[in-house]
Amino acid sequence: MTEWLWLLDAGLALALLAAAARLVVAPDLFEAVALFVVFGLLMTLAWVRLSAPDIALAEAALSTGFTGALLVAAVARLNRQERERTTDGDE
Amino acid sequence: MGTSNRSSVDPGTMLGVWALRLAALLLAAALGYAVWSLPAATGLGGPVRSALPESGVDHPVTAVLLNFRGYDTLLEMTVLMASLLGIRALGVEPRAAAEPPGPVLSVLMRLLVPFLVLLAGYLLWAGSSGPGGAFQAGAMLAAAGVLITLTGHDMPVTPPSWISRLLLALGLAVFAGIGLAVMAAGRHFLEYSPQYAKALILVIESAAAVSIGLTLLAVFRGGRPVTPGERT
Repeated sequence: MTEWLWLLDAGLALALLAAAARLVVAPDLFEAVALFVVFGLLMTLAWVRLSAPDIALAEAALSTGFTGALLVAAVARLNRQERERTTDGDE
Repeated sequence: MGTSNRSSVDPGTMLGVWALRLAALLLAAALGYAVWSLPAATGLGGPVRSALPESGVDHPVTAVLLNFRGYDTLLEMTVLMASLLGIRALGVEPRAAAEPPGPVLSVLMRLLVPFLVLLAGYLLWAGSSGPGGAFQAGAMLAAAGVLITLTGHDMPVTPPSWISRLLLALGLAVFAGIGLAVMAAGRHFLEYSPQYAKALILVIESAAAVSIGLTLLAVFRGGRPVTPGERT
């Protein structure tokens, strides 16, 4: 049983690193935000594996859910400003 | 939009990029080694558990957050309030999306919002004996408010401004007020007597949950509420 847990932990750590690496170099902002939410969910699992359920709850609710929502709203606002600026400049 | 084309990069820049990557990798390895070689510490679990009966709650994390280190939680709420003031000072709320919500979002909102409010109440109560507490409950309330905002409904989320401001300040006011009131009884700031600790913590957590939920929702809305007659 413990071997499977080691495998799970190793897989979780690798997935965290992969998500973080891809998230930092992603050229599309929306892709980066989606990867950020994925990273947050993996981080929640990591906190559970470290026997910290309170931090896992806070990570899932605030750092993943709420910050993810804020980032999506920010990306939408940036895209809208970019669109408005290019349409104004075209006139 | 937002895509980069890496067709023509000169070798000098590539060398610099690879040097930076190597440096970052070395730094990560050094940090990992430093953390791994820290001596295993016993932590404060023992002393917290032995002081648990006089804290008023059954869960060590809640006892530390709201009783032993309540000052830190008070400062966290202050930081949240300060960030909200900064966001509100920057401008007015951006106008809502032009198109009406799709069917999935509408149904999801109707299903999830009552459940989220119930879950917030449960997390608030369960925080005294298990994982939970004011911040998690407040986050559930904020999530319910965000869902309502996304579907374009305005009514329950932006109450008249004085009620909204009262609820925003309520958490901090109750927390600091109780902290000062126990000083009037001869104790230090935020030092609850073990006899009343449970009741005081429950009052503080309830006020904090409502306040945190509304603050997070206001942060998500991203600006000052539009007063009637103001240009959007």
